[in-house]
Amino acid sequence: MKKTLLTVAGLMFASVAAAETNVLTVYAPDYFGSEWGPGPSIEAAFEAQCECDLQYQTGDVLPRLLLEGERTEADVVIGLNTDVTKRARESGLLGEHSVDLSVLTLPIEWADDVFVPFNYSHTAFIYDNTKLDGFDSFEDLLNAPDDVRVVIQDPRSSISGLALVLWVQSVYGDEAEAAWGRLAPKIVTVTQGWSEAYGLFTDGEADVVLSFTTSPAYHIIAEEDLTKSAAIFDEGHYFFVELAAKVAGTDNPELADQFMAFVLTPEFQSLIPTTNWSFPAALPIEQWPEGFQELPQPETVLFYSEDEAAALRDGAIEAWRVALSQ
Amino acid sequence: MARSAFSISAALIVAGLIIGPVTAVLWRGGGFTALSAADVSALKFTIWQAFWSALISVVLAIPVARALARRAFWGRSALISVMGAPFILPVIVAILGLLAVFGGNGMLNLLLSPLGLPRLEIYGAQGVILAHVFFNLPLAVRLILQGWLAVPSERFRVAASLGAPVFWLLEWPMLRRVVPGAFAVIFVICLGSFAVALTLGGGPRATTVELAIYQAFKFDFDLSKAASLAVVQLCLGLGAGGLALFLSRGDLLGAGFDRVVQRWDGSKVLDAVCIGFAALFLLAPLVAVAIAGVTGLIDLPSSVWGAAVRSLMIALGAIVLTMTLALPLATKAGEAASLLGISVSGLVLGTGLFLIVQPFVRPSSVALPVTMVVNVLMALPFVLRILRPGIEAARADFGRLGQSLGLSGFALWRIVYLPRVRRPMGFAAGLTGALAMGDLGVITLFSRPGEGTLPLMMYDLMGRYQMDAAYGAALVLVVLSLGVFWVFDKGGRAHAVV
Amino acid sequence: MLWCKDAEFSQGAYSLSAGLQIEAGKVTAVIGPSGAGKSTLLGGIAGFVPQTRGALYWKGVDITTFAPAKRPVSMLFQDNNLFPHLSVMQNVALALGPKLKPGATDRKRVEQMLGLVGLDGMADRKPAELSGGQQSRAALARALLQDRDVMLMDEPFSALGPGLKAEMLDLSVALAKEAGRTVVMVTHDPSDAARVADSIIGVSPNKAWPPIATQSFLSDPPAAFVDYLG
Repeated sequence: MKKTLLTVAGLMFASVAAAETNVLTVYAPDYFGSEWGPGPSIEAAFEAQCECDLQYQTGDVLPRLLLEGERTEADVVIGLNTDVTKRARESGLLGEHSVDLSVLTLPIEWADDVFVPFNYSHTAFIYDNTKLDGFDSFEDLLNAPDDVRVVIQDPRSSISGLALVLWVQSVYGDEAEAAWGRLAPKIVTVTQGWSEAYGLFTDGEADVVLSFTTSPAYHIIAEEDLTKSAAIFDEGHYFFVELAAKVAGTDNPELADQFMAFVLTPEFQSLIPTTNWSFPAALPIEQWPEGFQELPQPETVLFYSEDEAAALRDGAIEAWRVALSQ
Repeated sequence: MARSAFSISAALIVAGLIIGPVTAVLWRGGGFTALSAADVSALKFTIWQAFWSALISVVLAIPVARALARRAFWGRSALISVMGAPFILPVIVAILGLLAVFGGNGMLNLLLSPLGLPRLEIYGAQGVILAHVFFNLPLAVRLILQGWLAVPSERFRVAASLGAPVFWLLEWPMLRRVVPGAFAVIFVICLGSFAVALTLGGGPRATTVELAIYQAFKFDFDLSKAASLAVVQLCLGLGAGGLALFLSRGDLLGAGFDRVVQRWDGSKVLDAVCIGFAALFLLAPLVAVAIAGVTGLIDLPSSVWGAAVRSLMIALGAIVLTMTLALPLATKAGEAASLLGISVSGLVLGTGLFLIVQPFVRPSSVALPVTMVVNVLMALPFVLRILRPGIEAARADFGRLGQSLGLSGFALWRIVYLPRVRRPMGFAAGLTGALAMGDLGVITLFSRPGEGTLPLMMYDLMGRYQMDAAYGAALVLVVLSLGVFWVFDKGGRAHAVV
Repeated sequence: MLWCKDAEFSQGAYSLSAGLQIEAGKVTAVIGPSGAGKSTLLGGIAGFVPQTRGALYWKGVDITTFAPAKRPVSMLFQDNNLFPHLSVMQNVALALGPKLKPGATDRKRVEQMLGLVGLDGMADRKPAELSGGQQSRAALARALLQDRDVMLMDEPFSALGPGLKAEMLDLSVALAKEAGRTVVMVTHDPSDAARVADSIIGVSPNKAWPPIATQSFLSDPPAAFVDYLG
């Protein structure tokens, strides 16, 4: 009897101990965790080398982190973008990483202690090249006849919309409101988010949509559809980068560091293009899929640091709002 | 009395579930924030478009409901069920469907331009109102139709034999009772509009309060602003609801012996035209979505079925919870309390619940129950608006008889009231289920990957450039939602006493 | 004896004062002009209309604060006496308890009562399938089956033709007396009172007068009812 009890107890403890495999909790945006996103393949690749269990919590990353505060379960957050990172940094919830950033292949300099970029793209207007000839510059677009139908996103509810107003701000500066005034008659409507805008574009409600330079890659590679092109402007395009960061209060710092380092490895990076439809942050162009290598890239890349973005944001949105409300 | 105590505690629970989260957000945000000029102009636009949307919906619904009440034709009950579809569609699906018909590149313009007629410009305030009418006309029609069916057939016979004016004698008193309540519900729904107002409004002139809340929460993380605006919404909702409920007094019309309503007034042609237009308006966008969706079905991953099952479970759970809460709440005060549910921003509600739940339990483990609770709160006002007239009529007609027979509590409900409200209960249950299936809800704060619902999957697909598959998912969602709706609605109507 | 002691029944702005005693086992008619308060009196005795003054006694027991279901009272309303969605059997069986499926003994009792009121074989019909007279019989069956000492009738046969009405009055009074019930019935037709009632309560606006023997009332009406009786 005593022997049986001991055995049972021993088994129970053993199973409890075995159940405590290392868990890495990663907060990511919705698209990340979906089965067509980068999440699953990254999870598989990481779990192969870490002997752990990577679990995503998907949703609105930053609001959730801020709401949870110190009590957050996250070990790593991924999917933030520089136009909103200032808030994240100021919360004090994120910790410094120890990743070697020299492997980055970004078109800009990056030397941040907290945030590690894992992919990037640029804002660009996508158009149907069977219907329109395209535009070589922002001026070209603004001078186009008013019957060109453009759909954009609202900067107050969409991260790509916000990137757009900052793009206009960086190209036109004080003339931003006037520039918006010239674009306004062509704007069919403003949507809540990227999905609705792109849906309108593919349905033919608009000829031009604000999206990313990497959007055509999906059509070319996955659908063998060559009709969508990105208009590359002489003035340059706004840099859109997505970042990962370690949570300061993580209860699993070694695993978190391991993951942060994993982000810039070729294994992780090579998964990015065809699952996230964006450019990898740390992979030489020769190793990109063919469709991506051939994508037209802007010569000039415009970028605001997170402080500049935060400072200019309200003014840029206001210029947009006033011009479009006429 | 036991009934009042039960009613009051149910009303308190509902009010608590709404005011609690808002307070949590307010407290966490550190108190109120004054509204900026932009907020005030957003408020003005919000009220303006909600008012006109509700008014037009209700006014247009009256002839359609009357036509449906008077005419029996083959496929009538199927048509009534399907006409409810726009109301239960996810917003984005409905927008795309509407644009397919009324948009710049839509069917209507394709028909009009060769005829030399001016193009229909949908983007603008008119588009917002059109979309709202599209969503809410079906609900208005059903609510008002219920009123018509509640007038006992004996009275129509009396009126016919007297050659009396049916409208002023019978229909106007009924309308005066039913219409303000329908108006209030639709007004409050439109107050919370967001995606529709933005996408179809054409630009920042069409900004609503909900967008301001969205921005405050997701971008600025300004909880105080979000909560302050939510409080404004609550006041608006209560105000509208209170006014409408106050207006919808009036005598109840007494019991009839449940025979089919036969009428001898009205023009058949006019009725057919009304029904035809309504059906066309409501069904054309749905058909557009269906056509687009059929081609996308092949692209759907197998995980869509798991998502469908999850959505169904949430729907069924929401139905059970809502109907249980609705019965004790079927009083004027209860309905006013429930209107709080749809006045307040779902985002604030979800955030508040998150804040309340988080210290005690991992939010992701309660994702499905919380989503269900929020769905229940959002469905209650419709359910009550649908049920109350029936329950009050039952009470007035048979309350005393039940009492004198010594029936009380559960027995009273089971024997006296429930059989008489079977039809509206079926409708209410169907509506709740369908709404819950299509709701994105608060799941973004609580969810885990692999535990998504159908609408979430649809958004995922859209976000991954997979428009065709997204349409396919939308089609599955619409078919399932309509299925749930039809099962309960038909179940309520079959052998219904009233 | 049913004793309204200095009673006042109020419904909204309207109130009816009643200081009267009704003899047990007898039939008492309640007559008076429309709107005077006949139904209010019955409602007050049944417990549906609040009693704002005085007390109500039945055989010495104070039933003023009793709920309607607890009072020794069964009631036949002017309409809505039967639930349309239940069969005659179910409707009548409700008198014996809140069940929708009466057991064998109850069924027998119901069928027996249905026989007494002349509704043999109608047990499984729905009210909508019965004529006006048959519906009244079913309601009567239920009221009798409730086995309460006092039976209140609020013009339940007024929709029937004169011959049928007389027949129903006779039937209900006969059955009630056989069971030893006290009957209080509202009628707008004094000839009904003449036909079956032992005494008459006159109700003039806001006041219910003590009962007077039928013959005396009709041949020499009190001042307040002279015009009413013509």
